[in-house]
Formats: sequence, structure tokens, C-alpha cells
Amino acid sequence: MVESKHRWKAWLYLAPAIILLLIFTVWPIINTLHMSVQEGYNQSLAVAGHEFEYGFGNFERVIEYDNFITCLKNTMILCVLTVPLSTILALVIAVCLNSIKPLSRFLQTIYFLPYVTNSIAIGMVFAAMFNIVGNNIGNENELITTAGIINNVIEFFGGDPVNWINAGSSYWANITVMTIYIVWNALPFKILILLGGLQSVNKQYYDAAKVDGTSRFRVFTKITVPLLSPMIAYVVITGFIGGFKEYSSIVGIFGEKMGPTGADGSLNTMVGFIYNAIESQQGTASAAALILFGIIFIVTMINLYVSKKKTHY
Amino acid sequence: MKIVLQNLTKIFPSRNKKVKDEVVAVSDFTFEIPDGKLIGLLGPSGCGKSTTLYMISGLQKPSGGKIFFGDDDVTGLSAENRGVGLVFQNYALYPHMTVKQNILFPLQNLKGKDKLPKDVMIERAYTAAKLVQIDNLMDRKPSELSGGQQQRVAIARALVKMPKVLLLDEPLSNLDARLRLQTREEIRRIQKETGITTIFVTHDQEEAMSISDLIVVMKLGVVQQIGAPQDVYDDPTNLFVAKFLGTPPINVFDGRVEGEKLYIGDAAVLDVPGVSDQPVTVGIRPEGFNIDPNGTFVCNLQNVEIMGRDVSVVSTNEASLNPVIRSIVNSDNKIEMGETVTFSLKSHKVFLFSKEDESRIYF
Repeated sequence: MVESKHRWKAWLYLAPAIILLLIFTVWPIINTLHMSVQEGYNQSLAVAGHEFEYGFGNFERVIEYDNFITCLKNTMILCVLTVPLSTILALVIAVCLNSIKPLSRFLQTIYFLPYVTNSIAIGMVFAAMFNIVGNNIGNENELITTAGIINNVIEFFGGDPVNWINAGSSYWANITVMTIYIVWNALPFKILILLGGLQSVNKQYYDAAKVDGTSRFRVFTKITVPLLSPMIAYVVITGFIGGFKEYSSIVGIFGEKMGPTGADGSLNTMVGFIYNAIESQQGTASAAALILFGIIFIVTMINLYVSKKKTHY
Repeated sequence: MKIVLQNLTKIFPSRNKKVKDEVVAVSDFTFEIPDGKLIGLLGPSGCGKSTTLYMISGLQKPSGGKIFFGDDDVTGLSAENRGVGLVFQNYALYPHMTVKQNILFPLQNLKGKDKLPKDVMIERAYTAAKLVQIDNLMDRKPSELSGGQQQRVAIARALVKMPKVLLLDEPLSNLDARLRLQTREEIRRIQKETGITTIFVTHDQEEAMSISDLIVVMKLGVVQQIGAPQDVYDDPTNLFVAKFLGTPPINVFDGRVEGEKLYIGDAAVLDVPGVSDQPVTVGIRPEGFNIDPNGTFVCNLQNVEIMGRDVSVVSTNEASLNPVIRSIVNSDNKIEMGETVTFSLKSHKVFLFSKEDESRIYF
């Protein structure tokens, strides 16, 4: 406990953080709440002195948009695919990295690099990799040459090139690319957390398991995973929160149209929806933001509930 | 099962490749551990006792020498194929499993023809748990157990697969003094009941002496003496062993032998037939002193501590290498508080050691 005569000092030290949080977090949240319950709120009208009626029309309108349902569906699909996949991959890589002695520092650095690389830049590289046509020079009678490295590899092994992201590509091809990209992008942070957890596990548990003749698989499932369960819960929860806020990865690959040419918005996400609405319909955007907040809140609560049951100590 | 160690050596390579300072943790250890005995590996920290234990377990590979279980050479076998039970210093119980799951774990690892039906596994887990008297705690997690209970669980887990050899690394160091006394009796009882050859490591000489059939005293990787506890105590081969065993510790003096008489200071305190004239280090056990007005060994009396059965006489002497001389005499002796106290010595409690290499000089 802080003694009372020192209490003002504690407040003084906390003040910078509190003031910044009030200005940039608490006030926007209150403001969002306020905007969301004003029918058809629009900033330029508000500045002109227009008075809006209070009501829940913004929320109704958001839910009634077809576009919103698409965004919700895309977000959900990406979350459900990427979070388990990236967590399992990160766990396997972390365990492997932890058991490699030579070059371990070097490899850890390599695996961490994507984390410090701009996601738009990575998206552009991925877009180039998954491209079906390079420079489409020549007329329609000439063969279209595949330029993306992924399709080159597929062709090398005798497969047909897939239209991953270009005009006319299928929805599930797009989702596949997005999943690969998001998983790859999410790995470094998860590996870092899990590796940290692994390195703090007492080595004697493994010695004890070894003396008892435990198979590698059993060591992994019965010792490593349970002992890491608090870290696994953490990366899953933060993974879902991040997944629901997915936006820049789509922009990175498909540009601001949020979909392949000719299918604008087919891969739009919740955050994308909010950004689209924020230009002219701040009331609708606020309502959508609050709905997103509600979903993340509920999913996190479920996550916490499950992890409490499943994490062991 | 007897265990034979043949020229067992462990060398840890130097971390710095340029400077050659490798550490010899265990040097040329040869010993045959008889079947069904309780052996205490004893020594100060860094003497190589734990390394020896881990080499027997298979968790560490020896740099040289061989290990036999019975007649089988197990030097090349890894830990899981040796069939040893190992109890770690901090028990290494899996924190996410209940006591029952912890004890069952080694049995569930068995594969192929060794695989046991589930009810047999449960039965054996309960048998092991009963042996260490924790069968009423089977559904608890390790964090819900006291240190002593955790230790029993660790022993049960090591015993459940019926190992040929049970190894215990500092089994009592995490327990409080009372529990330690109780648990060491317990280990003795369990070892007697199961008849498993058991090796345990400790730095506590009292612990080792009280329950071992044989003790091995080690120093800096080199075995100093092997023998029954009483024999080692009564007949140490060198000054290190004499100093390491016994509480209160042995009293050490500068002395010299002249004309087959032992001198401490200017006083001739004991006849030492057959010893040539030389300076010596003298060790006298606390119980080796008699209060004797006709004695020749005069010390400055500092304090008399009454302990009921015995009296501990604290005195000083210029030749003493310890800060004080502690002698234990029967409380029937009347000690007059004066400037000095006069002792005669029991010759079988007096040991002479060479000044040069601290080895024992027999007389």
C-alpha cells in the first residue's frame, strides 16, 4: 500500500500516462458511444449545427447492410483459420528452435524478422509471389506467362497455375492466400512468446521424463504443452483479438478495394467496413466499431473461460 | 543388482577454447556397490557426487570408464533403457498432474510387450503410494502438498516401475530439520522393504552416516574413502575425511613427534610407538578427551556447556588450528571453573596426519 503522504507522488508519476489515455482512448470511446446513438450522425452536418435524434437506428442500419454481413463472414473465416494454424505452427517451430544448439540466436533472429517488417510491404511481396500474370505484354493470341513464384513452383511439379489473386480468382483461392499471409505474419510474435515460455520450463522435467523412458511425442503432449498452456492461452487470445482487427493485410495484397479486380470488397473485413463508413457516415462507423468491440469482448470472455479450464496451474 | 563402476571419469570441457581449463568432475572412480545396499555419496559441493549419480542414471555420459549393472555393461545405454528410478533434488513432479497421474506416468510410458493393462497400472501405483504412505493424497496436485509429501510422491514415482537401482539426489535438502530426521528413517525403511540397491547423494555427513550401509567420501572428483560409516569415522584415511565427518567437528592441532612421543605445544600428550620424528597435524575427536588432573595436555578453559547427558568443554590452546577446542565428556565429571583445564587423551581417538600430504600416519 502506498502511504497517504506519498499518494500525491504516485498520482504525479502516473499523470502523463493517465492524461494521454484520457485524451486518446477514453474520450474517443465516449465520443464513439455518443455518435453511435445519434440517428444518421454526420460530422459536417454536426459542425453546421444540425441536431440529431437519439436512437439505435445506426446499429439497425449496420446489421442490415449486406456488405456488413460479408465483412463479418470474412473476418470470422480468417480468424477461425489463422489463429489455430499459426498457434500450432508457432508451437512446433518454437520447440524445434529450442532444441537446436548451434546457430540458435541467428535462427531466432531470422524467425523474428517478419515482426519488424511493414505488413503492407510484406503484402506487396506476397501479391507478387501469388501473381498469375507478370507483365502482360503482347496481344491476346500470345500465351500468358506465369510470373508469380508460387505458380512457377506449381508448374515445375507439373500442376496447373492457379489464379490466386487476379481478376476472376475464386473466393477460396483469395482466402487461401490471405490465410498463408496472415499466419506467416503472425508467427514471429507467437514464436517469441512460446520460446520464452519454453526456456523458462525447468529442464529437470525433461530429465525426469527421459529417465522414465517417455517417447518424444508424449513429452510434447503430456509435458511441454501443459506446461506452456498459460502462454498458449495468451497467444490464442491475442491472436483472436488481432484477427478481428484484420485490415492492413488485405490492403497489402488486394489494395484498398479489398478484393481482386472486378470483385471489389469481396474480402472486406469489419475494420474495412468501419473505414469505409467513416468518410461520410460517422454514426454508422461508430455503431459498427461498437459491434466489433462487443464481438471481441464476447470471444475473449469465451477464450478466458476455456483457458481457465484448460490451463493447469 | 550390484553396480560396478570401473575407472569412471567425467571431464567437463573448458568453455573458453583458448584457455585450457577443463574441469575434472569425477576422476577414476572404481567401486563395486553390493546388491541391495544403501550407499551414501558424501562430500562438499563440487566434489562430483551428483555427477557420479547422473552418470549412473544415464543422464550424463562418462568421459571414460565403464558402468555395469550386474554383469551388463550399461555405459552406452541411454537413461530410458537403464531401468533406474531417479529422485531429483527438487523432485521435478509434473505440476499439472495429480499425484496419481504423476505416479502412473512412468508406467504409461511402457510400450510393446511391457505395456500393462490399466487396472494393473492403477494397482501398482497404489502399491507404490502405500509404501510411501501417500495413498490418501492421490487426487491432489503437487502444489497442494507439503515438501515432505512431494518428496514421497517423487520416491513413489521412481519406485513404481520397479527399478533395478534407485538414485536419490540430495533427497532431504529441501525439508526442515524435523522432517529430515523422519524422512531419512523412511528412506531407510523403504529401501529395506524393497531391497533395491539405492544410491543417494548428500553433503550432510550426519544424514549419510545415519542411514547408509556404506559411505563414499569424495573431494574434488576423487574418492577419498569408502567404508561402513562407523569404520570411516573411526579410521579416516586422511585429514579431509577426518574433518568432514563428525559433529562437533574434529579438533585439529599443530604437533610434532619426537622420540615416539607426540607433542602439542611443549607438552608430551601421547605415546606414539613406531612413528619417526616429524612435524604432524593432530586430529582429536571431541570424545577423545578425558578430564584428568594428572594429564599433560593443558588448555585455557573458556566455557562449559551443559547438555544434560554430556558436557561440552570449550577451551583454547595456542597449537589449535580451530578457533576453539570442543571436547565432550560425560556429565559425571566435575569441572572446576578455573583458568585452565587439563586433559589426558584416548589414543584411539587421536589421529596423526602428515604435514606434507595430509595422509594418515598410523601408530
